[in-house]
Amino acid sequence: MRKIITILLLSIVAVGISLSLAKIPFGQPKTKVGTRYIDKGIEETGAVNIVTSVVVSYRGFDTLGEVTVLFIAATGLGAVLRIAKTKAAAIEPASFVLQTGCRVLFPLILVFGSYIFIHGHLTPGGGFQGGAIIASAFVLIYLGCREKRISEKMSTTLESLGGVIFVVVGLIGLAVGGYFLLNFLPKGQPYLLLSAGIIPVIYIAIGFKVGSELAGIIDNLIEESQ
Amino acid sequence: MVSVLVFLMLLGAVAACVFRDLISAVIAAALVSLIASILFYFLQAPDVAMAEAAIGAALTTAIFIVAIRRTDRYEQ
Amino acid sequence: MSFLENYAFYIGAFGLILIGLYIILVKHNLIKVIIGLAILDTGVNLFLISIGYITEGTAPIFSGSETNGQQMVDPVPQALVLTAIVIGVAVLALALSLAIRLYHHYGTLNLREIREQKW
Repeated sequence: MRKIITILLLSIVAVGISLSLAKIPFGQPKTKVGTRYIDKGIEETGAVNIVTSVVVSYRGFDTLGEVTVLFIAATGLGAVLRIAKTKAAAIEPASFVLQTGCRVLFPLILVFGSYIFIHGHLTPGGGFQGGAIIASAFVLIYLGCREKRISEKMSTTLESLGGVIFVVVGLIGLAVGGYFLLNFLPKGQPYLLLSAGIIPVIYIAIGFKVGSELAGIIDNLIEESQ
Repeated sequence: MVSVLVFLMLLGAVAACVFRDLISAVIAAALVSLIASILFYFLQAPDVAMAEAAIGAALTTAIFIVAIRRTDRYEQ
Repeated sequence: MSFLENYAFYIGAFGLILIGLYIILVKHNLIKVIIGLAILDTGVNLFLISIGYITEGTAPIFSGSETNGQQMVDPVPQALVLTAIVIGVAVLALALSLAIRLYHHYGTLNLREIREQKW
C-alpha cells in the first residue's frame, strides 16, 4: 500500500520536474557573475585557481559558516556517543605485512595531503580535500596498527587552533581595512607559492582543522567497539 | 561513454535499494559516489571531483561500516 | 539520439534524486534510510554542477599557456558544491551516531517495531 502511493507521488514529481528541466538548455552560459569573477580574478585576489578565490575571498563568509557546521557536527557526535559505551573485547593484532605496509605508507600520505592544501591557490585542491586525505591516513593507522590511538588532546587542540586562526585573520582584516576578511597581505606575482595574500594562510588553517576533525569523528565511532 | 557511466550509476543506486545485506548496500553507494566523481571530471570540475572522491567515496564508506559494526548487519 | 547525448547528465542526476527519495519513503531500516539520504545528496550535487557547464569549455584554472583564450566554465556552482559535499558528510556522521544511540536503547533498528514500542 505504501509502495503504491510512493510510486504514484514520485511519478507526479517526475513529470513536473522533467517538464521544467526541458526548458533549461544544456551547455549555454547562463549567468554573468561567473564571467566577472574570471575576468577580474587574478588582479583582485592574486590566486590562479578561480574556484579557490571564490571559496575563500569572494565568498569567504560562507566558508566560515561551513567550518562552524562541521565543528557542531563533530562536537554533537562526541557528546551523543559518550554515553553509549560497549564492552571492549580482546584486540587481535593484524598480520605482519599489513602492519609494515601501514607504517610505511602513513608519512607518505601525510606529505601528499599537506602538498594538496598548501598549493590550493595554484593547482586543483585546497583545504577540504587535503584534510580528507589526512583523515584517510589516520583510518589506515586504525586498520593496520590497531593498538594505537591518536591522543584526543592533540586532536582537539589542532582543531581549535585552526578555527581560531581563521577568525583572527578575519578580525585583523576588519581592524586594518574596512571589512571582515580583507586581503591585507601583499598579493605578489601570480603563479608563485607566496602569493594571493591571506588565501594560503586560511587554507592551511582549514586543512589542519578538517583533517583532525574527521579523524576525531572516526576515533569516536570506533572507540570500544572492537 | 557518458551514457554508459550514467547507466552504471543508476544500476548501482537500484542495487543499494534492493540488497538486504547492509554492507553490500554501502559498497553499492560507494560505487555511485565513485562514478559521480568521474562524471564531475567530464564536466570540467577538478576541485569537486577530488572532494567527492576523497570525502564521498572513502570517508563516508568508512563511517558507515564502523556504524554497521556496532548495530545489526542484516535488514529484517 | 542527440537528445540522450545532450541530456545524459540531467537524466543521471534526476534519477539519483528519485531513487534516493524512494528509499527514504519506503524502507523501514534506519541505516537503509541514511544510505538513501547519501544517494540523494550525490544526485543534487551532480545536478548543480551540470547546470554550470558550457559546451567546449575548460576548467577554471589559469595555467600560463595558450589555453587562456578559451572560454571557461562557470566557477560559482563549483564553489557552492564544494561546501555542500562537506556539509553532507557532517550530517551523515551525526545521523549515524543517533542511530547507534537508538539501537542501544531499543535493541532494534526496525522503525515499525520502534514505533510500536513507544506506548
